[in-house]
Amino acid sequence: MNPFTYERAAAADTAIRAASSHGAKFLGGGTNLVDLMKYGVEHPTTLVDVNHLGMDQVTPTAAGGMFVGGSVRNSDLANNPAIVRNYPLLSHALLAGASPQLRNMATTAGNLLQRTRCYYFMDTAFPACNKREPGSGCAALNGFNRIHAVLGQTDEGAASPHTCIATNPSDMNVAMYALGAVVEVQGPKGKRSIAVADFHRLPGKNPELDTNLRPDELILGVTLPPATFAKNSWYLKVRDRQSYAFALVSVAAGLEMNGGTIKSAGLALGGVAHKPWQSKEAERALAGKPANRTTFMDAANVALTGAHGYKDNAFKVEMAKQTIVRALTLAAQGVQA
Amino acid sequence: MIQEQVTPHRQKQMDHRYDAVAKVTGTAQYAAEFTGPFPAKDVTYGYVVQSTIPNGTLLSINADAAEAASGVLAVLTPFNAPKLPVPPPNPPARRNLTVLQDATVSYNGQPIAVVVALSLAQAQYAASLLTIRYKQEPAKLEFRKHLAEARSPKQPGKEPAVNHRGDTTAAFAKASVVVEGTYVTPIQNHNPMEPHSTIAWWEGEKLNLYDSTQAISGVKQSIAKLFQIPVDFVRVQCPYTGGGFGSKGSMWSHVPLAALSARVVGKPVKLVLGREQMFGPVGARPSTVNRIKLGATSDGKLVAMQHDVVMNASVLEDFTEHSAGVTKMLYKSPAVSVTEKLVEQNLGVSTFQRAPGEAPGTAVLETAMDELAIRLNMDPLQLRLINYADTDPSQDRPFTSKNLKVAYQQAAARFGWSKRPTQAGTQIEGNNLIGYGMATATYPANRSAAQAVVRILPGGRAFVGSGTQDLGTGMYTMLAQTCADSLGGLDPATVQVKLGDSTLPKAPVSGGSQSTASVCPAVQDAAAQVILKLSELVALQTASPLFGKGSSELTAKDGRLVAKNNPALADSFASIVQRNGNIPVEAMGSAEKSEGADAYTSQSFGAVFAEVAVDKDTHMVEVRRIVATYDIGTLLNDKTGTNQLEGGIVWGVSFALHEETHIDPVYGRTVNENLAEYHVPVNADIGTLDVTVLNIADTKFNPLGARGIGEIGITGAAAAVGNAIFNATGKRVREFPITPDKIMTA
Ligand SMILES: Cc1cc2nc3c(=O)[nH]c(=O)nc-3n(C[C@H](O)[C@H](O)[C@H](O)COP(=O)(O)OP(=O)(O)OC[C@H]3O[C@@H](n4cnc5c(N)ncnc54)[C@H](O)[C@@H]3O)c2cc1C
Ligand code: SF4
Repeated sequence: MNPFTYERAAAADTAIRAASSHGAKFLGGGTNLVDLMKYGVEHPTTLVDVNHLGMDQVTPTAAGGMFVGGSVRNSDLANNPAIVRNYPLLSHALLAGASPQLRNMATTAGNLLQRTRCYYFMDTAFPACNKREPGSGCAALNGFNRIHAVLGQTDEGAASPHTCIATNPSDMNVAMYALGAVVEVQGPKGKRSIAVADFHRLPGKNPELDTNLRPDELILGVTLPPATFAKNSWYLKVRDRQSYAFALVSVAAGLEMNGGTIKSAGLALGGVAHKPWQSKEAERALAGKPANRTTFMDAANVALTGAHGYKDNAFKVEMAKQTIVRALTLAAQGVQA
Repeated sequence: MIQEQVTPHRQKQMDHRYDAVAKVTGTAQYAAEFTGPFPAKDVTYGYVVQSTIPNGTLLSINADAAEAASGVLAVLTPFNAPKLPVPPPNPPARRNLTVLQDATVSYNGQPIAVVVALSLAQAQYAASLLTIRYKQEPAKLEFRKHLAEARSPKQPGKEPAVNHRGDTTAAFAKASVVVEGTYVTPIQNHNPMEPHSTIAWWEGEKLNLYDSTQAISGVKQSIAKLFQIPVDFVRVQCPYTGGGFGSKGSMWSHVPLAALSARVVGKPVKLVLGREQMFGPVGARPSTVNRIKLGATSDGKLVAMQHDVVMNASVLEDFTEHSAGVTKMLYKSPAVSVTEKLVEQNLGVSTFQRAPGEAPGTAVLETAMDELAIRLNMDPLQLRLINYADTDPSQDRPFTSKNLKVAYQQAAARFGWSKRPTQAGTQIEGNNLIGYGMATATYPANRSAAQAVVRILPGGRAFVGSGTQDLGTGMYTMLAQTCADSLGGLDPATVQVKLGDSTLPKAPVSGGSQSTASVCPAVQDAAAQVILKLSELVALQTASPLFGKGSSELTAKDGRLVAKNNPALADSFASIVQRNGNIPVEAMGSAEKSEGADAYTSQSFGAVFAEVAVDKDTHMVEVRRIVATYDIGTLLNDKTGTNQLEGGIVWGVSFALHEETHIDPVYGRTVNENLAEYHVPVNADIGTLDVTVLNIADTKFNPLGARGIGEIGITGAAAAVGNAIFNATGKRVREFPITPDKIMTA
């Protein structure tokens, strides 16, 4: 770990000012950033602790939704009665992630920004990783790529400076996509709202960028729109062990039902792309249809259109389809206990 | 058939581990936690720098920036490190070590330098400032693409690599049913909770080590040889070991690197490996690719078995994982042929890991047996019974004790095996497919020469000491119990126990499940000698009621010597020692394999049954319950013993479903070198465990009637789970671990 200074900010604007210095980073729960510092992947010169800015509240919005402060811990959010009642999808996604100890530390903002678990990104002994060392190539492409992307990746060959097949590892984010959340941020020039779907990026030609957030922008929190999927939703995570494992594939499914017919749907996939994969086409394919297996299979096929796997992760295409069908089936029946 | 019905004399068991309080209150000191006898502030910190290429030569290491960094005392590289008198490989160290004696790089992750600084953080930071240049050579990787290049091991290890009996070709030709398949087990890293750690300091030519190890005398011998100093100049201490599972059974490079660094800086050097540094430099279980062919008559009698295994080995050193070993002895088959071959790889050295040979061996053979049972349309348990071996078929000699049939019956009944769905994929509960599976467990009973000392202290308390180790397994408890029992029934909690110090009488490596079976008989012997000495003393003590008695007339009971023919005549240990001028009375004891051990095979067995639920859409497996019954001789302590067996089963579930070291095919580096990505089961992965033992003493093996139990638990369990998955889904996955994707695509 490199030497660095630590500052505890008392207000949002001082935090933002402190973060404007070159190489500064905000510190949330530290469960991702500090690990990456120890691995030598991140080397901030200053850590600006943003845990004491009063961003730890969950409050109703005038529009009938909820606002979740950026410092709200994952455990607190998952167990918040209003969230459990109105956004059970989010609660279950949070509880599917990591371990109780990690969730007690992890914050909403930090979770939004957690970085990929790509082995080659996390271990500096591998020379090729465009995300860590722009232009160095992508070791994952010909490496062990079981946890990697099948949708939306950039694959121009292992030596290309653009290639990246990493996935976003978050569970919370997948639910945020299906719920249509909005990220509220503040920078030196003021505040702005970013729809979560526009918050994260696909690798495109800049795999080093995970999101469209600027380094000196502070996440104040997340706005959830009024709940539409409180009665019918399911978060389903397929993983290699029963707990404490990242998703091979996960599905956040929310349905607004009208009798046996789907009025509207929210559907996002985790573990398959550089960002949670929200399929607007699949959501449209569900709307107005009867909630049955044929509808769900059609939606699954639409969602996976264009998917392309590699040596170790080709299974994800079929696994994602089966998981979508199952999650939609369960969502149509009701809500996760 | 029960061959022996000796009711053994049962030791009084301790209700809690001897070291429980010390462990729970944090007063038990592990190797890296010592702060003396040297001044605590003198301790310096070593950090091992590892190679980032799999094969080649170091051209240079520029340490200017590192040496200038704050707190840095020394940077040792192959270009400046002191030359050892005997560069490795050297046979007593057994391992081909990499201790900065040359610039060759043989695997990615190999130690290539050590930074010593005033703090660990300073050492690690300075390591990041090194500029390292290599000349790279093409690396030997992806061994499964090179199976055809396999060769026989240069040294076979504990068993011959090739073994044939009968005429397999003729027998297969006559068999009515033949099953054949390739079964793969992965590379696995041991990952004990406590990382490998050493504190080394010199006093002139004398070397002291606190070292987290399974073998203090092994480390002592190896390092003395490496530094060419008299063995008596080395002292190794390790009162507690936080698990080892074989990875601490030999001395690896970090130990001499700590000693070398301590010599250079002239201060104690503490060197603790990071979790990521435990994937390569301290051994791994190799991956095995097993081609197995079984031939049987239509009524299920095996007529031929063939098992050809190819595994990865390091270019540095051969190691054979005898996964074909169980095929030679588990069942009665007139014709058996096994071969074991290696493919050299630019990887760290392979080594023994919990149940080496038997763990992968039972995983693959017992899967093949399940396939044979399915083909024969026969109950898998019935197939085992039909081929039951009353004597050891591999050596054609009797067992000292074998009661596996009873174990099968007991476990099957406790499990409810009779309710097994005979057709795979037919038992459905909601979205879950339910399946039952079983397999046989087995592990040899090993025993080596060991010594111990027993002392009666002023006040009458007993002391027992032996240079053995406690890996969290219960050795303190075993020594306390055995000493208390052998002295005529003391309270084991009052016995002082010391182990883990090479100045104590010598004991073997804590490996091969042999420690209890080896060391406890030595304690019994020492205790008997002490009783004799007390008797001789008391005979001369005029003030004693036992004055003038011959030692044959006396026996020890409840902390006293008692006249056999008149129990009213007695004298306490405390009084005898007091009359001795309060000089403790002590005796050495020793024990080795029983005479005639070569006429028998001593082997433990068990029957493992598993129930799984497999989700039909996510293909995730839930192990609902495992029921196992073991034939391991006498169980000396229910708590520590059951704990070993249950822990072994958890390892078996891990083998079945979770564990695998993934090596990058291009760079040869482990990609999942941390406990987030290297999966072992979490609590939610383990359902109920029902473990019982037959408790039938094996007194032909040793006077305690107890065989080792540290490893057998892992055997059989992986196959039982895999066979249950087949029974649930009708899908056979022949490559461990059985992850959801493999079930989905099978
Ligand atoms: C072993 C392990 C297993 C895990 N398993 C899972 C899992 O199964 N599922 C899952 O979803 N997650 C998992 N996680 C990841 C975990 O969810 C994240 O580490 C956590 O959410 C990050 O939150 P944090 O507050 O600790 O972030 P930090 O580590 O503090 O920060 C992460 C990033 O966010 C930035 N940041 C923090 N706060 C702000 C802010 N207010 N504004 C702008 N930027 C900010 C930091 O600068 C940093 O770049 C696991 C983590 C570990 C270590
Ligand atoms: S997939 Fe992306 S993060 Fe992983 S090695 Fe390639 S460029 Fe780096």
